[in-house]
Amino acid sequence: MTYRKNDIRIFTILMVLAFFVVPNVVKSDYWYVAILIPWLCLSLAAIGQQIVMGYTGQLSLGAAGFMAAGAFACFNLVLRVPGIPFGVALTLSGLIAAMLGFLFGLPSLRVRGIYLMVATLASQFFIVWVIDKFDWFKNYDSSGIITAQSIVIMGKPFTSPVAMYLVVVVVVTFLTLIAMNMTRGSTGRNWMAVRDMDIAAESMGVSLLKTKLQAFAISAFYCGVAGALFAFTYLKSLEPAAFDISLSFKILFMVILGGLGTINGAFIGAGFILLFPVLLNTVGYNVFHGQIDATIISSIEQIVFGVLIIIFMIYEPQGMAKLWVTIKQKITLKFIASLKQKRKH
Amino acid sequence: MLNEVLFFFEVLTDGLLAGTMYSLIALGFVLVYKASSTFNFAQGAMVFFAVLSFVGFMELGLPFVVAFVVTIFLMVLVGLLTEKLVLRPLVNQSEDTVLMATIGLGYILEGLAQATWGVEVRRLDLGIGDFPIEWIADNLKLFISPLDLAGGIVAAVMIIVLTFLFKYTKIGLGLRAIADDAGAASSIGIPLEHIMILVWSAAGVVALVAGCMWGARAGVQFALVGLALKALPVLIIGGFSSIPGAIIGGLMVGATEKILEVYIGPFFGGGIEGWAPYVMAVLFLLYRPEGLFGEKIIRRV
Repeated sequence: MTYRKNDIRIFTILMVLAFFVVPNVVKSDYWYVAILIPWLCLSLAAIGQQIVMGYTGQLSLGAAGFMAAGAFACFNLVLRVPGIPFGVALTLSGLIAAMLGFLFGLPSLRVRGIYLMVATLASQFFIVWVIDKFDWFKNYDSSGIITAQSIVIMGKPFTSPVAMYLVVVVVVTFLTLIAMNMTRGSTGRNWMAVRDMDIAAESMGVSLLKTKLQAFAISAFYCGVAGALFAFTYLKSLEPAAFDISLSFKILFMVILGGLGTINGAFIGAGFILLFPVLLNTVGYNVFHGQIDATIISSIEQIVFGVLIIIFMIYEPQGMAKLWVTIKQKITLKFIASLKQKRKH
Repeated sequence: MLNEVLFFFEVLTDGLLAGTMYSLIALGFVLVYKASSTFNFAQGAMVFFAVLSFVGFMELGLPFVVAFVVTIFLMVLVGLLTEKLVLRPLVNQSEDTVLMATIGLGYILEGLAQATWGVEVRRLDLGIGDFPIEWIADNLKLFISPLDLAGGIVAAVMIIVLTFLFKYTKIGLGLRAIADDAGAASSIGIPLEHIMILVWSAAGVVALVAGCMWGARAGVQFALVGLALKALPVLIIGGFSSIPGAIIGGLMVGATEKILEVYIGPFFGGGIEGWAPYVMAVLFLLYRPEGLFGEKIIRRV
């Protein structure tokens, strides 16, 4: 593994931003509670989707199911194991989700494309149903919505928005780095070989069984951890209905619009899907002063998402991450050209 | 004992009748798949869009028949635009890319339908009752409503028409050629665009019919889109490119989920119907990936 100087520079800038600039500059709780925390959680889930779909090329629609598994696993671990450190609970819930991912990834060995999508739908519906129907998972709570426990690390409660944000940032940074390492190493190369042509990959000695199941398990791990964080820091409650099929679709769109097969695409896509409705609502409210129905705005939101997906599929199947690279290149080229011009004068 | 057997048959009929409804939706998928090996994820949204527009036109005061015809024209327009704006730019792209574009199309149709006609649940009265026919209930102890029968008859008619279209007409031959190899088909002079427009319009009309049947039973509402998702396991069991497969798959899914729900559901508090078809499809996939009637897929490097 080698890193270019540029990577390290970007990483340092991002870390300074995330750990020093944001907590000191952003004072409004709204930003943490409504934007930064859900954005980071969903980005993590999108990385999971990215691994299985963008890198390994297996169409999957079960992300929200694995998120639900992770969330409820974390709830039960914290509830039933006295004194379990939050980090351990989080890791274990990721592992539980990973086991489910392994199990529901089994059909991928025989089918692909839309067939696989239906198989993963089974996981989505089944997991949410199991949690919904067996009250043990919900600690026999009759209300249907359970309050998530507050996060306690080393005896200190992390309940303020900034503190929760920091917890999320640490986990997301750590897992993102691991994901990047995996995708640049032999693991990721195997995934991509399977994605690009599975039969060719197999004939070159890449084990399809191992690679696909590994991708499903790791993807589910990321979704599981993301789900636990999502429930504990953003929703602050647990209900199976929060992890329905529409969340799976949202995560799918994040990956498609952000750019398949890129880690930063997961962050860009998650940011877009999360922020766009906020933007639309603000514009709708300020321009039309509440004369437009909220249902119409959400319908417009749906239409715009649909149009964008089609446009990206036609013009830029590699998504916003690629768009960003292209724009950056164009700006750099212009900059270099202007430098040359100056030198001539 | 006799009562139990009777009860079983009652459950079975109930399931089979629900199954014909799934088949109606699945037919629309098969139509597009057979013609372009594209999986049209928007079919569910088309069902919703079609029937909501139909009801909407009637609310505007159009008579039943006129509203039906206007909706058919609307669905043809949707098919035309889909071909021009979505499918043509994506010719020669991978199947997964087209699939995702159809997910986008589905979102557009859902949004358009709700923005135009609103979100409230509507009733649709086809003039066919949804109560058990007394004669059958008395003599066979089965509860079948005229709507159930109508659903079965409509499904049968559609299978016959579509099978005829695909097997014995020039258009059908062209469709099959395009599905096999779009490039080769257009190079021997099969008009790709016309046939695509035709197929998507036909899928729209099938969606309208399916939507009317479902709407008359369950009300015209957004949940129709979710119901259409259940057509996916139906297709997997029946095979994506088989019209009889869609019917038999639908019947199997309908019957199995009802039987499971009635006999096993009570032990778990119900709701098995929500996932049983998908799990069934997964088990089926492991055993027979190409479905009951699908063609075996052979892939080369």
